[in-house]
Amino acid sequence: MSNLIDYTLHLADNSLILGQRNAEWCGHGPVLEQDIAITNISLDLIGQARNYYQYAAQLINQLTNKPITGATEDSLAYLRTEREFKNCLLTELPNGDWAQTILRQYFFSQYQFLFLQYLQKSKDEQLSAIAAKSLKEVTYHLRWSREWVIRLGDGTEESHFRMIKAVDELWRYTGEMFIPVTYEIEAGIDFNNLKAVWQTKVEEVFDEASLPPPPGIGGSVFMQTGGKEGLHTEHLGFILTELQYMQRAYPGCEW
Amino acid sequence: MNNYLRKFYYGDIPEDKTGGEINNSSKNPPLGGRGADWPLWEVFIRSKQGLDHKHVGSLHAADAQMAVENARDVYTRRQEGVSIWVVESKHIHASNPEEAGELFEPAADKIYRYPTFYQLPDEVNQM
Repeated sequence: MSNLIDYTLHLADNSLILGQRNAEWCGHGPVLEQDIAITNISLDLIGQARNYYQYAAQLINQLTNKPITGATEDSLAYLRTEREFKNCLLTELPNGDWAQTILRQYFFSQYQFLFLQYLQKSKDEQLSAIAAKSLKEVTYHLRWSREWVIRLGDGTEESHFRMIKAVDELWRYTGEMFIPVTYEIEAGIDFNNLKAVWQTKVEEVFDEASLPPPPGIGGSVFMQTGGKEGLHTEHLGFILTELQYMQRAYPGCEW
Repeated sequence: MNNYLRKFYYGDIPEDKTGGEINNSSKNPPLGGRGADWPLWEVFIRSKQGLDHKHVGSLHAADAQMAVENARDVYTRRQEGVSIWVVESKHIHASNPEEAGELFEPAADKIYRYPTFYQLPDEVNQM
């Protein structure tokens, strides 16, 4: 039970933190149309997070037998501390420039797209239903971000250069998605297969984008880990400070 | 290739990071000046099967595919449509507003062109 709760929270945190990051672009996008596109994705992700948090709250309250005073989607998002968040490091990294935001979204959407197909077959009916609902959204996120990786990678000298910088910046945070931690083991997901398919897809897109293959792909390269178990980069604290400010300053406030 | 110090800001995105400025080192900036040199596209949305596509507005995009995706993001967020057409605005030829007089006013006193002018047999409905 506690593994299932942690697992659900991990999925929720991934979506919430990346959603919050993308939302920072609101009003700052390179053009109005892309500003709307990235914030639409942001809203999709926050919607997914809500589904997972609601389910996690239900599970927690069953476990602690506190159906009224127990956890809610809001308490899970707004009142947990940094060490309790289980999102992958990739999702909390700074937006950087447009190239870096796009590449982070592509890496994550490509992962989510493959992962949700597994989750859809989960024996847990609730998770499987959330996966089925999210998959349509993610299919578009993948299409959109993939398209932009190709457009920038294969664009001009400047955009190509910025994509390469983005790969340097992000690549070492991608491995964590495929290294299962305790609470993921019961989920019955073949992470090796997931990683292999993900890498093949990434290689295809990089090839089409005229980008050199990511460093050490297929071989071993040092990967940053820890996020799934609550050990985060310095960036998460800043995100939570902003995200949780209202509930911390005015406990229980509604609007 | 200049290596600059990468400094990240929380929250706000500094102007030089938005990817929207013309950089003189590249011959052909993909996002030249916040999309300023992207062509304008007109967007038509079909609200449901069987209805016509209706003009809903315009947007900037680098090519047709991007225009369709932008239209999806900008104009169909609240289930407004089931199908999108885009056409580059330059391909639309319009009548000249100054010629409105000769083009449209002559129709004003041709009341007999309305089908309601005629006596219809009872069998004919829905005119």
